[in-house]
Amino acid sequence: MAAIELRGVVKRFGSITAVDGLDLEVPEGICLGLLGPNGAGKSTTMRLLTGQALPDAGELRALGHKLPEDSKAARAKMGVVPQLDNLDVDVTVEDNLAVYARLYRVKDVGGAVDRALDLARLRDRRRDAVDQLSGGMRRRLLLARGLVHEPRLVLLDEPTVGLDPQIRTELWTLIGELKSRGTTILMSTHYIEEAERLADEVAVMTKGKIIARGHPAKLIDEHAGEQTAEVYGPPERLVEVRAGAEAQGLMVRPAGPAVAIVGSERAGNGGIPSEAVIRAATLEDVFVLLTGEEAE
Amino acid sequence: MSAEAKTMRRLEPAAIKGVMSREVANFRTYWKGTTFSSVLEPIVYLLAFGLGLGATLVDEVAGIPYIEFVGTGMVATAVIFSSALPSMFGTFVKHRFQNTYEAILAAPVDIEELVSAEMLWIAIRSGFYGCFPLLVTIGFGLDPAPGMLLVPLFCFVTALGFAGFGVAMAATVAKIDQFNYVTALFITPLFLVAGTFFPIDGLPEGFQIVAQANPLHQLVELVRGGAFGFEPVDIARFAFLVAFAFAMWRVAVSRMAKRLID
Repeated sequence: MAAIELRGVVKRFGSITAVDGLDLEVPEGICLGLLGPNGAGKSTTMRLLTGQALPDAGELRALGHKLPEDSKAARAKMGVVPQLDNLDVDVTVEDNLAVYARLYRVKDVGGAVDRALDLARLRDRRRDAVDQLSGGMRRRLLLARGLVHEPRLVLLDEPTVGLDPQIRTELWTLIGELKSRGTTILMSTHYIEEAERLADEVAVMTKGKIIARGHPAKLIDEHAGEQTAEVYGPPERLVEVRAGAEAQGLMVRPAGPAVAIVGSERAGNGGIPSEAVIRAATLEDVFVLLTGEEAE
Repeated sequence: MSAEAKTMRRLEPAAIKGVMSREVANFRTYWKGTTFSSVLEPIVYLLAFGLGLGATLVDEVAGIPYIEFVGTGMVATAVIFSSALPSMFGTFVKHRFQNTYEAILAAPVDIEELVSAEMLWIAIRSGFYGCFPLLVTIGFGLDPAPGMLLVPLFCFVTALGFAGFGVAMAATVAKIDQFNYVTALFITPLFLVAGTFFPIDGLPEGFQIVAQANPLHQLVELVRGGAFGFEPVDIARFAFLVAFAFAMWRVAVSRMAKRLID
């Protein structure tokens, strides 16, 4: 049984279609990275899965429960880590965890709180108010709060958005530990590196649809080939390089101050300018080619 | 470890208790300030009107010393101030600024349980705070009566209705400053035409009829019934408050569902 099954799901907000006929299946035990630019429909998909948005069309199931009809039973087995910090800042660390242990009907609240404190490495700060914690500690607590009932399925909505690199790495370690326990994870992100490091499979989402899916290496192989040549130079030179590469049928994408010729190994003799820097193709190449958006 | 039930019931006590435990955890951090203002405000009114007017302009109303008349009426003031206002502002802040409800609704809690828990918690608090003016009035010479034991219940039921009203308003307004309209259009008139400071039967007939629909007026009459003797009509008054609380509960649930579920 798949942990998540979405078939032809549509969600509209007035004239905007946020989710547009989405088909998505997440098998149990994997971490699926839902990679897409801002406004791709990732957060709406998460809200559909927690019953906080109702679909206009399509079928949704989470852990075998039909949504939104049986959403409450599904949510009891699901953990959610939101994009925004919504901890109770005046309340102690342990009380924040205890409240959610009760909301999830955990029988041994004290035991669950202790386990969550260990996971977040906050046992020695348990009696401190949340507003006394550092940004990294708060994010770890937010993650631990979503796991306090040991859920079978975890939804991570942009878990490291806006965080500095050190805190991001800390959270990746925690998410890695969660993966190793066999918990199913659906993680929305617009960070390429996050998807590459954590996800067993990546689904690229844009304009409310999945447009590519697979293991990161497979996606790179299918859509970007082996190598990418980056050429730096003044704008008029970049225009010239782009035209030359496109004339050979190669895919070209902007890459900040450069242009990147994706699949450059397929270029003919002299097809790649001599000043180009050759590197291995990446998931970022795939992402930008497929979505037309600059990666973060 | 989590609940394994295939389908979960409506209005589960565990969900309501869980949401209320969050309120209790937060209340422990700010109870002193809230209790101070909830207790002091009605006492200031009581002293200003009860002693001020009582000593200078009004000696008694319907055979009741004016300070006792105002003191029993101030229970209703304490109830509306400690229920409608915290409910309006608290709900709005939790929804719009703290994203608290998004986190709670990601757990196995539905809107009906969330709203019920919020209303219950505020009503319990308000039932407690509502008794303070009565206790102070006893200090000023009001004789204790067995009927007063029912005052916390009257306050609780009324506060339940006003908590629901506050939740519904919070789910309706677009910006927090729009609460000024709610206060000016609803709360202040309800508070002033409750029969707290002057008897309703001195008002023009039209106002008297409107005042009968004011839950605060019914509460004032019930509290005075508890202090000076109940009448058969008080059963209808209590039934009216129960109906008010029920109606506000349903309105609050419906408004919050519209606000929180896309």
